[in-house]
Amino acid sequence: MKKFTVAILVNNQFGVLNRVTSMFRRRQFNITSLTVSETESEEFSRITVQSEGDEVKKEQLINQLYKLPDVCSVAELDDVDTVGRELLLIKMRNDPAARNDIRSAATAYEGKVVDYTKDSFIIQMVGDSRKIDNFIDLMRDFEILEICRTGLVTLQRGATTIRRVTNL
Amino acid sequence: MKLSGSDIIVRTLIEQGTDVVFGYPGGQVINIYDSLYKYQGELKHVLTAHEQGASHAADGYARATGKVGVCIATSGPGATNLVTGIATAYIDSVPLVAITGNVPTTIIGTDGFQEIDITGVTLPITKHNYFVGSIDKLADTIREAFRLAKSGRPGPVLIDVPKDVQIAQWEYEPQEAVAAEESFPAKDIRIHQAADCINAAQRPFLYFGGGLITSDAQDELLQIAERIDAPIGCSMMGISGVPTDYPRFLGMQGMHGHYACSTAMHHADCIIALGCRFNDRVTGDRAKFAVGAKIVHIDIDGAELGKTVTPAHGLRGDVKKTLQKLLPLLKEVKHPQWQETIDRFLEEEQQGMDNREGMTPRNVIGLLNQHLNENTPVATDVGQHQMWAAQYLNLKNTRRFISSGGLGTMGFGMGAAMGAALGTKERSVLVTGDGSFGMNLNELATAVVNQVPLVILLLNNGVLGMVRQWQTLFFDKHYSNTTLSDRQTDFVKLAEAFGAQASRALTLEELEAALTKAFACDGPYLIDCAIDKDEFVLPMLPPGGSMDDIIVRIGD
Ligand SMILES: Cc1ncc(C[n+]2csc(CCOP(=O)(O)OP(=O)(O)O)c2C)c(N)n1
Ligand SMILES: [Mg+2]
Repeated sequence: MKKFTVAILVNNQFGVLNRVTSMFRRRQFNITSLTVSETESEEFSRITVQSEGDEVKKEQLINQLYKLPDVCSVAELDDVDTVGRELLLIKMRNDPAARNDIRSAATAYEGKVVDYTKDSFIIQMVGDSRKIDNFIDLMRDFEILEICRTGLVTLQRGATTIRRVTNL
Repeated sequence: MKLSGSDIIVRTLIEQGTDVVFGYPGGQVINIYDSLYKYQGELKHVLTAHEQGASHAADGYARATGKVGVCIATSGPGATNLVTGIATAYIDSVPLVAITGNVPTTIIGTDGFQEIDITGVTLPITKHNYFVGSIDKLADTIREAFRLAKSGRPGPVLIDVPKDVQIAQWEYEPQEAVAAEESFPAKDIRIHQAADCINAAQRPFLYFGGGLITSDAQDELLQIAERIDAPIGCSMMGISGVPTDYPRFLGMQGMHGHYACSTAMHHADCIIALGCRFNDRVTGDRAKFAVGAKIVHIDIDGAELGKTVTPAHGLRGDVKKTLQKLLPLLKEVKHPQWQETIDRFLEEEQQGMDNREGMTPRNVIGLLNQHLNENTPVATDVGQHQMWAAQYLNLKNTRRFISSGGLGTMGFGMGAAMGAALGTKERSVLVTGDGSFGMNLNELATAVVNQVPLVILLLNNGVLGMVRQWQTLFFDKHYSNTTLSDRQTDFVKLAEAFGAQASRALTLEELEAALTKAFACDGPYLIDCAIDKDEFVLPMLPPGGSMDDIIVRIGD
């Protein structure tokens, strides 16, 4: 199914994330990635959601979002005009036989070893979701101990901001 | 001036134009009740028998008056008892403010006695809700709740106020009642596109839901109907939006809609849909719904456009203001052929009409019609009696049909009818069933003590008739748990035990006599009206079916 990403500027208030995700659940919108963070202003938090479905579904989602009083602005983010990144931390078994292969793969993907012990090491990597997916796929040939990734954070290219959408 | 939180609550309600609130006291709202005592000269409180009754009463008040209905309940079970009423109001877009007490902020989160996370519970059934954690925001939160409840597509808003916030003191200055947010017509370009579509139609059909009533757009609708020579139909929520006997009006469409109306909608080539949401009781099988029609859908809630059916033109905007801009763009036309077709549908409808004599649903509601004046609000419960009321009532004025549409809440009627009577100061009617009445009949006590002029027409068929009808048609007459007649309830004695007047009607003559008495009675009057258990609501579009599957007569 086609994936799409929207950024949602919400009032920085207690329980807001719950209101937003509750709507997703109730209306059967799937969430494939979700990040929440503070913004340049104390008033607002920013939620970035990746969901899946066609144009109609996307429009429905945006309309439903705007019905929540705490939602201030919604921006649709397409692949071309936005920069999207995820952070990956992946913990690998430090197997002497695999060590070098893993490290050269990590180097090729511009990953960085941020923890190293006799039994394990952690690689940190930043990139778009596809790059992260690909790297994890590569690592499946070895023993993965743990994975944690942030989900997508995105900004529109150029001077456009989400606050411009509704003149906040 | 410095006031306590509970005083601020009551003063703000008064400031917002509230004249009556419905509720039930308890430990975590006892301070609010003390303030209600203090200000009783300015704000009437109606003590119901159950918080559910209070929520439905506030709802009925709001539907009948167009104002925001208010109910109050204590924390825990008081708050959860409001839930069905809030959900009923939510799905039917009724402006409501529900105020609940909660345990002090110091105890919140510790599972204190009668603590419940009511903002969590009501999250998906309110337009918005608030937990007021500090006194400084209390008055403004209530104002904001009123604004939200009545703006755009109306709906219920809940405010949860912990007890210590009710006790704390804060500065209060009265303000003017908040206005609803200004609403706008749809975009010009869309209106023009819609006009082109309508102008090209040969078989236009005007269709509306409750949004027409909310937007007060009846005049605009009728002007358009005359200009483009179109028949009019509505969803159940639209009933009373247009006078029942208006010549172009074909009545209700949908699962139990009028034959001519559903058939005309099915054959239309352009459906102009106003303030409605095309739910499954309207569309049946979506793939077969109005396949030959282009739909122009106007609604203030953009999320309704394309939600279930895909309109050719979706116009987000206030119905009234959009129609005002649309009207001058429409060509004055006549559609004689279409009108002939409609006449044929009406004839077919006449032929299918139930013309039996005696205590048939049609004759019973027909008799009731003769006692209504143009302002009498008629509330219903849920079941066959509700559909018969929807099909046969003759209503003149808008906001006079008060019925739970989207949720289909049995037990809605008693509270709603009282709320409507108290809000409009008119004698109200409740058309109920033996099953539904059983759910909230305790509110008879409320009606008696408040001398609410209320005619309760109980269509007593001894069964959960609507479910039984499905069992007859789709479950080989397995009447599983739908027979009530083996209960020993004597509804006349029951009403009398509550202090209400009542009588039984087994024939139309007895019914006429009972109605005459009931409409002259100062307080509530119950009529236990016998209906055969095997009456059907017809026509019927089987669930998920289409117009091809319509059942017009049983045995066909
Ligand atoms: C609270 C609630 N519970 C169950 C139902 C399902 N239901 C719909 S109609 C109906 C029967 C209603 O019986 P009654 O009030 O006697 O009306 P009748 O159909 O007999 O006229 C039932 C059980 C409902 N709508 N609401
Ligand atoms: Mg019954």
